[in-house]
Formats: sequence, structure tokens, C-alpha cells
Amino acid sequence: MSYTAWIIVTASLVGLSCSLIGVFLILRKMAMMADAISHTVLLGIVVAYLITKELSGPHMLIGAIIAGLLTAILVQWLNNLSIEQHASLGIVFTTLFAIGVILIATSVGNAHLDVQHALMGEITFIPWETVTIPVLGKIPEATLLLGVVLLIVLICIIAFYKEWKITTFDPALAASLGIPVVFMHYLFMSLVSVTTVASFDAVGAIMVVAMLITPAASAYLWTDKLITMLVISAIFGVISAIIGYYIAAWVDTSISGSMAFATGIIFMLSFVSSPKHGLLAKYTKPMKSVV
Amino acid sequence: MSKFVLEVENLSASYRKNIVLEDVNFRVKQGSLTGIVGPNGAGKSTLIQTLLQLHPSLTGKVEFFNRPFNKSKQSIGYVPQRGSVDWDFPTNALDVVVMGLYGKIGWLKLPSRAHKRLAYEVLEKMDMVKYADRQISQLSGGQKQRVFLARALVQDAEFYFMDEPLVGVDAATEKAIMEILKELKTNGKTVMVVHHDLQTVEDYFDHVLFLNKTVIEHGKTSSVFTTENISRTYGGKMKWAMEEGSHVVDTR
Repeated sequence: MSYTAWIIVTASLVGLSCSLIGVFLILRKMAMMADAISHTVLLGIVVAYLITKELSGPHMLIGAIIAGLLTAILVQWLNNLSIEQHASLGIVFTTLFAIGVILIATSVGNAHLDVQHALMGEITFIPWETVTIPVLGKIPEATLLLGVVLLIVLICIIAFYKEWKITTFDPALAASLGIPVVFMHYLFMSLVSVTTVASFDAVGAIMVVAMLITPAASAYLWTDKLITMLVISAIFGVISAIIGYYIAAWVDTSISGSMAFATGIIFMLSFVSSPKHGLLAKYTKPMKSVV
Repeated sequence: MSKFVLEVENLSASYRKNIVLEDVNFRVKQGSLTGIVGPNGAGKSTLIQTLLQLHPSLTGKVEFFNRPFNKSKQSIGYVPQRGSVDWDFPTNALDVVVMGLYGKIGWLKLPSRAHKRLAYEVLEKMDMVKYADRQISQLSGGQKQRVFLARALVQDAEFYFMDEPLVGVDAATEKAIMEILKELKTNGKTVMVVHHDLQTVEDYFDHVLFLNKTVIEHGKTSSVFTTENISRTYGGKMKWAMEEGSHVVDTR
């Protein structure tokens, strides 16, 4: 495959995983948690690197899951000490991210790991680091990792679809029916962490947050069904990746920046023109009377 | 003699370091319809949530059907306050009712057509069939409450807890809900309802539980629903209000 094709495929995989996870982030009112975890996984990666001296997939994933869960647990803990939810989030993620940044500056040295890279990613270089896989042939390492993560995300969403639905809509009822609400919460946080870290290396923290939140928020404006919302969100994620690439090629600028920008354009279009909840619909159609 | 289906001993619970329930003791008979009344902050919702282990208890023993809660979960239905969920969630009325069956469907399975039919039947009973496909944010307060009740009924439980099901609903819904509650009672089910309107307690419930951090009084409505118990639970001012209330009833 060509250089361009690999970049678009990789970004689309990021778009797919993130936008699917994003639907539940939005519905669980945890959008800010995505922002937090996308930063704290940096600490997970750095610590994993310091312990193993390797920057390979599995180590990073494990480091990220631990960092992500640590974030979720610390936020919950501070919140239980009567510190407001968003304040606890702000405290935890900036602190953990800062520790990550300090560790990079003091202990890591060079090694393909710096703050600039963490925030913006380097999708341009992805096609150069390849691994050979039977049947598929030579594919970039980051793409392979993202493919595996997408598979994990899909399996988890499909297998536990009704559990995600009920623990998101009404956790109290779910608990009274014997569904393990707390376990599902931390499983979800693990999925967010895995998705984030796999995407992180390719596209950087900013685009991860954009892809986690914006396609799902746009999809929410188009439908009243959860399954449709997941499908639309996934489509928006992929479209943003493709449009973003061509914007970047056209203006000759950062690829992941343009992709994040593309998610914003799709949101604006949805916000104005969605038939159900869009601005135009509100002016042209009288409000449906509730009988 | 009907048997006790819920026994609570020395239950206590706190909320953010404030004790909200203390030394709560009571027993509930099978087939009773109990109204839980008490002022704001008396711990009515917390009591239900603690009994259902949705809120941690500090001390105490709770037994449903002579078994611990975890072994009787499947026979207990819960109708939370309407405001406890996000009604903008992308789903429709029928879907919400089907959720009541999720505990029975089991892992890795999706609701079957039979489950949906069951949910449909209960919606029919609540006179809500024409709204089955409606997005839940498009329902009125009364309709939302009917959907919530339908979701509990579809569980076919033995014991039901309902948190303020009559708040902010229209008169027709209130009547429909009370008919369903009486029917549950006739079928030998036990129901406990957090209730806010003292004027209707005598008409609606055969038992009443006065709660203000602890159980002030609990028993048959005919014997314990007195002005004295009301003022013990709510404090002095309510006594006057109730006398006004009964005055209104007298002149009618």
C-alpha cells in the first residue's frame, strides 16, 4: 500500500475506536475523563519504558491501563473526600501528567519520547516502522496495534452491549438487577486507556481527545437510538480522518491537527443542520408538542 | 397470619460523613402496601437505597424472605426517582421497559422477541402502547413514571420499592399507578412507597412508616396515622397544617 493509504488507514482506525468509545463517554457524562486519561497515559508509558527499556506495544498498553485506572480511582477517591468531581479531575490529571513530563525530561533522554510528540503525535513517520505479519505482509507497527485495539473495543461493545446500555442509562437499576456496575465502570476506563494509548503514539493527545468527544457529540444530534448513534459516530470518525488528511495535504500542515479540525467542522455542520436537534430545525419546525 | 418478608435490625447509614439513618428497626408483612413518610432529608430515599445495597450501610442486618439481600435480588423490584436518570438518553419507551428484564436475560445475550412482547404487554397495561416507540425525552412526567413502573412490573418481582412515584404526575397517572399498586397487593406482592402527600396517605396505604433519621412509628395506617405521630415526625409546625387539612376535609 502507498504511504498516503497507510496514514489514512491508521487515522481511520483511531477514528473508529475513539468514536465508538466516545459515545459511551458522552452518555456517561465523562467527556472530561477522556481529556484526563489521554494525558495521564503518558505517565504510564514513561514508567513502562523506564522499567522495560522498551517502547513496544504490549508494555505501553499495560502501562496505560494502569495509569488510566489510577486516574479513575484517584478521581473517585478525591471526590469521596468531598472535593467536587471536576476539580478532582483537574487535580489528578495535571499532577500525573506533570510527573510524566518530569520523568521524560530527567530520566528518558532521547528515545522517541518527548512532550511535543506526546501532544501532537507523528503520524507522518508511521509507515516507516513496519512489522511482517503472515497473510497481511508488511504493515506498520502502529497500524497493527490500532487494529488489535479496535478489535478489542468492538468485542467488548458487542459482547456487553446491553450491560453498557443499562449501566449508562440507569446504574441504580442495573445494580439492583445484579449487573456489576463498578466492574463495568473500570472495564470501561480500561478500554478508554487502551484506545487512548494506542492512538496516542500515532496521532498525539490532542487528536485523541478530539476523536473521543467530537464525533460522538455530533452523532448525538442526529439520532435517538443508541445503536444508530454508535454507527453514525464511527462514520464521522472515519470521515474526519480522511477529510483531515486532505486538508493537511492541501494547506501543508500538521496531519493530526487537521483531523481534529475536521471533527470540529462535522460538529458545526451537525449542530446547524441536524433534522432533530439542529439550529435550523428549531427555527423552521415548531417544537413538537408533548401530549 | 401473614409472614414477614422484610426484617430490618439496627440499620444505620451516613451520607458524606453525616449520619442520615440511625438504629432503624422494622418488619414488613407480606401483601402490605406501606407509605414511607417524613420531612425532607429524613433519609427516605437513603433508606431504600441502603436496603437494596445501592448505598453502603454502617451497621445492621437486612433480610428479605428470611434470606440476605444478595440471595433475594431477583425477587425485588425498584422504581427510582424519575429525576435519577438522563431522559435525553437515546432510547425509546419500549426499550426502557425491556431493561427491566436484563437481569434475567443473562450475559452475552440480547433481548429476544419474547422479551419484547412481554414488555409490550406491560406497556399495554399501563395504557402506554401508543408511546412505545417514542423517544423518552418526548414523554410527559406522568408518561415517564408509567414507563418506570412498567419496567418494574416486567421484572415480576415479589417485593417492590418505589421512590416518590406520584410526584409531578397528572391525576390520571396517579389513579392508574394506585390501581396497579392495589392489584399488586391483591396478588400477594409487598410494596413500599416513599410518599410526600400526607393528605392521601389514609386513602392509599394500609401501613405507614414515619421516618426521620430513625423509625418514629410504623404500623397499620388506621392505628398509627395520627396528628401526634405526624408532629413527632415533622416537628411542631406540621401539626397546625394537618389540622387545617382535616378542617378542609370536614367541611367537604
